[in-house]
Amino acid sequence: MAILEVQNIEKHFGATRVLEDISFSLEQGQALAIIGSSGSGKTTLLRCLNFLETPNQGKISVAGKVIFDAADPATQRESEVRKKRLHFGMVFQSFNLFPQYTALKNVTLAKELLSQERPDFKQNKKAILEEIQAEGRELLRKMGLSDRANHFPCQLSGGQQQRVAIARALALKPDILCFDEPTSALDPELTGEVLKVIRSLAEQKTTMIIVTHEMAFARDVADQVIFMDEGVIVEQGEARQVIENPREERTRQFLSRYAEN
Amino acid sequence: MFLTVIGALNEGFLQTLKLFAVTLIGAVPLGLVVSFGSMSSFPPLRWLTKTVVWIIRGTPLMLQLIIIFYIPGYVLPGGSPWPSGEAGRFLASAVAFIINYACYFSEIYRGGIQGVPVGQQEAGQVLGMTRSQIFFHVTLLQMVKRIVPPMSNEIITLVKDTSIARIISMQEIIWAGYSFLKGSHGYSGLLWPLFFTGVYYLVFNGALTLLFGWVEKKLDYFR
Repeated sequence: MAILEVQNIEKHFGATRVLEDISFSLEQGQALAIIGSSGSGKTTLLRCLNFLETPNQGKISVAGKVIFDAADPATQRESEVRKKRLHFGMVFQSFNLFPQYTALKNVTLAKELLSQERPDFKQNKKAILEEIQAEGRELLRKMGLSDRANHFPCQLSGGQQQRVAIARALALKPDILCFDEPTSALDPELTGEVLKVIRSLAEQKTTMIIVTHEMAFARDVADQVIFMDEGVIVEQGEARQVIENPREERTRQFLSRYAEN
Repeated sequence: MFLTVIGALNEGFLQTLKLFAVTLIGAVPLGLVVSFGSMSSFPPLRWLTKTVVWIIRGTPLMLQLIIIFYIPGYVLPGGSPWPSGEAGRFLASAVAFIINYACYFSEIYRGGIQGVPVGQQEAGQVLGMTRSQIFFHVTLLQMVKRIVPPMSNEIITLVKDTSIARIISMQEIIWAGYSFLKGSHGYSGLLWPLFFTGVYYLVFNGALTLLFGWVEKKLDYFR
């Protein structure tokens, strides 16, 4: 069974149709890359999955359970949405780290707040918080940032900040990790370190959706690729096939423009 | 003579400080409530709040003081709700100052909150935080950092504005200084005590300026 099933998602802002009849599914442990030009709806799609936008139509299911149905307001209640968001992790283009906290605190804050809802929090407070801290340090170590745990975001390079953001998203152990153009705000010489981290996550079979403009990276790291244009999925398929031998004319045009650059 | 004057001025300045402190304690949190009202997604509440802020900011504090102190006595069946004497004058002043300053603070807060990038809130949301957790753990400190300079302006103005309470005869420091001109403690026609009150304001505002500089520096560790 697919871990994620997206059915007929539609989104409009006023009269502008941003997403039209978007359907796809994703298997556990797979990486999906979404490519397409700016304004094609890629980011909006990710934002719909994370409940930052509410689709006008369609259904989203995680592990066979419907978590969003545009036709059923009961699935859109604020209190439940908050828990459902935890199925997804989100890494933003502009990092969005909390500037007033250290790298470590950025990673652990949400989990600490969430742990307050545990029934045993009062009794085991110290042990719980220590465990969260240890997990946070371990995540930063995996990101190659052990020596940056107590640095504030403004003391870190863009690439380091984005790796902290990835650790922060991983801390809540999401079923599906979403990346929204994770390297677009970085200087070219810093993209490598972030892509390397994502690559190693793919090797560890992390289920991921990556919106990206890095075609070679998408081809090498993703299992599936979706090409979007003007709010619709033009082509989807196995990564190497879509990027090296696209079936659709529009995909070919898009990729050839990349080859020229 | 000097000691008599200083004693009277000290007593007046104590009232000044009390009004200053009570106004801050009341208006700092009330301003936050008002700013939430003016940012509410429920339009009637938003318009009501904005109208109140418009009226309070659009009329003189002196007029508001007079209305709050005298009008209830005319319209309420039980007469004036304020206790008699200095206690009543102080209470009425405190109410007027708190309402007035909460409205000014609310606009500063609103600017501070809206100045925090929307991505901060979204980052909190996708991490499963509640709205209040996002406000207290993510937005608040970033907002505080932004509002320190305008708030320090407003708070220094408040120190001096307390002298307006003299219009309902609250016995703050200007009232105390002026009393030596009119005749009190066996002196009359003394001009210097009134001018000397300026030293109190200067010293206190100097200390506040240092405090705000320190706070600003403390919050310098993040951008």
